[in-house]
Amino acid sequence: MHVISATHLTKYYNSLRAVDGIDFTIGRAECFGFLGPNGAGKTTVMRILYCFIPPSSGDVRVFDMDVKTNPSAIKARIGVMPQEDNLDPDLSVLENLIVYARYFDIPKRQSAPLAWELLDFVELREKAGVRISNLSGGMKRRLILARSLINKPELLILDEPTTGLDPHSRRNVWEKLRYLKARNTTLLLTTHYMEEAEALCDRVAIMDSGRIVVIDTPASLMKEHGGNLEEVYLKLTGRALRE
Amino acid sequence: MQCKRAFRVWQRNFTVYTKLYKSSLALNFVEPVLYLAALGLGLGAFVREINGVPYIQFIAPGIIASSSMFAAIYECTYGTYVRMKYQKTFDAILATPVNLDDLVLGELLWGATKSLLYGSIIILVISLFGLIKSPLILLVIPVLVVSGLIFSQISVIFTAIIPGIDSYNYFYTLFMTPMFLFSGIFFPLDNLPPLVTKIAFFTPLYHLVNICRGLASGNMALCTWDTVWLLAVVLMLFPYPFRLMRKRIIE
Repeated sequence: MHVISATHLTKYYNSLRAVDGIDFTIGRAECFGFLGPNGAGKTTVMRILYCFIPPSSGDVRVFDMDVKTNPSAIKARIGVMPQEDNLDPDLSVLENLIVYARYFDIPKRQSAPLAWELLDFVELREKAGVRISNLSGGMKRRLILARSLINKPELLILDEPTTGLDPHSRRNVWEKLRYLKARNTTLLLTTHYMEEAEALCDRVAIMDSGRIVVIDTPASLMKEHGGNLEEVYLKLTGRALRE
Repeated sequence: MQCKRAFRVWQRNFTVYTKLYKSSLALNFVEPVLYLAALGLGLGAFVREINGVPYIQFIAPGIIASSSMFAAIYECTYGTYVRMKYQKTFDAILATPVNLDDLVLGELLWGATKSLLYGSIIILVISLFGLIKSPLILLVIPVLVVSGLIFSQISVIFTAIIPGIDSYNYFYTLFMTPMFLFSGIFFPLDNLPPLVTKIAFFTPLYHLVNICRGLASGNMALCTWDTVWLLAVVLMLFPYPFRLMRKRIIE
């Protein structure tokens, strides 16, 4: 059984076709990456998978449940790291985790020890009582990662997890993601960084103008098209820009 | 929609509020007392009595109504908008088992809670000033939940359709302020052109003021139709905040 399967997934925003009949499946403990230029439809796919917006047509299943009919049951088992910082600015670092746990019906006596554990994992223990506005960009991303793990998700959806981070912070996040993958968490991510995709992903889907151009392992893509992943990417995308 | 998940959203707002209440509670409580002092004592020195009641005592029950209205409206206009648009709190919440309908219900219930809280504080304050003649005033408390829901519903509906935060100027200038001034808080509407009374009849604040004033003077019978009006409107408005928010956020 696949963790995610999408068949003929299509999404319209009014008359704009943001996602154009794509098919893909993602297996357990796999790390799968969506690559593509801005506006290719990656974020839309992520949002459909974590049941934020419904697909216009097609069949989308997560844990073998339909995203349209079972959003709460699906969301209970996934973690989401969105592109934008949406931490609660009125709450402290620790409170952000505990309040977030409540949405999953995790009572404080369970969420508090877990929150401390996660703060250790993302190296923010000493920042527990700090306000969000006093965190650096890298710390905020790490806290969002910790928050996405509060319900012990089987699937982690990461929308540009390291955009805007310095190289050290980026590698720090990679290290956490590798650790999670080794613990059987399925990872689905979007990125603009080809070295990130190479470093983390078992398979990548390259998207352009709402379609999947190719799905394969980074290694066989590089072998087939020659050059590194960035060169492959540049060769296969940008149709909309060139036309 | 699930009440438990809506409660989680309510609980989030409550948690944040308990951290910030010192500043906001004080402000919300100072303003109505200023109205009471300035108008009740200042204007009251000239007006003296309305319908045989000392002026300050005439306006006091209305201040319960207006305070509770302001509390719900601020919460579900600026408060909701900031959570939705600037803080992206809604996006964070919607990535959890909480769905959009739960979220909207949680916001409405929180708005009603603020209404209840701020209205109740004013009941306490004006009672301490000796401006309330009847213990029936306590019956206003459940009514504040209903009217608070209506003010929250109207505010969330507006929040769902505005293009940007500046549009609230229209809401405040064209809707809230006229409703506040012509709801019968400061003067009876009988002497104004009949059109004013007719328009006032269609606003929730007018009915809430009637109920507060009736109960403050121990007259329950006068409030029946106003209560029916509020209950009917809360039910009538029920689907719209959900429908319009869904349209705004998801479509």
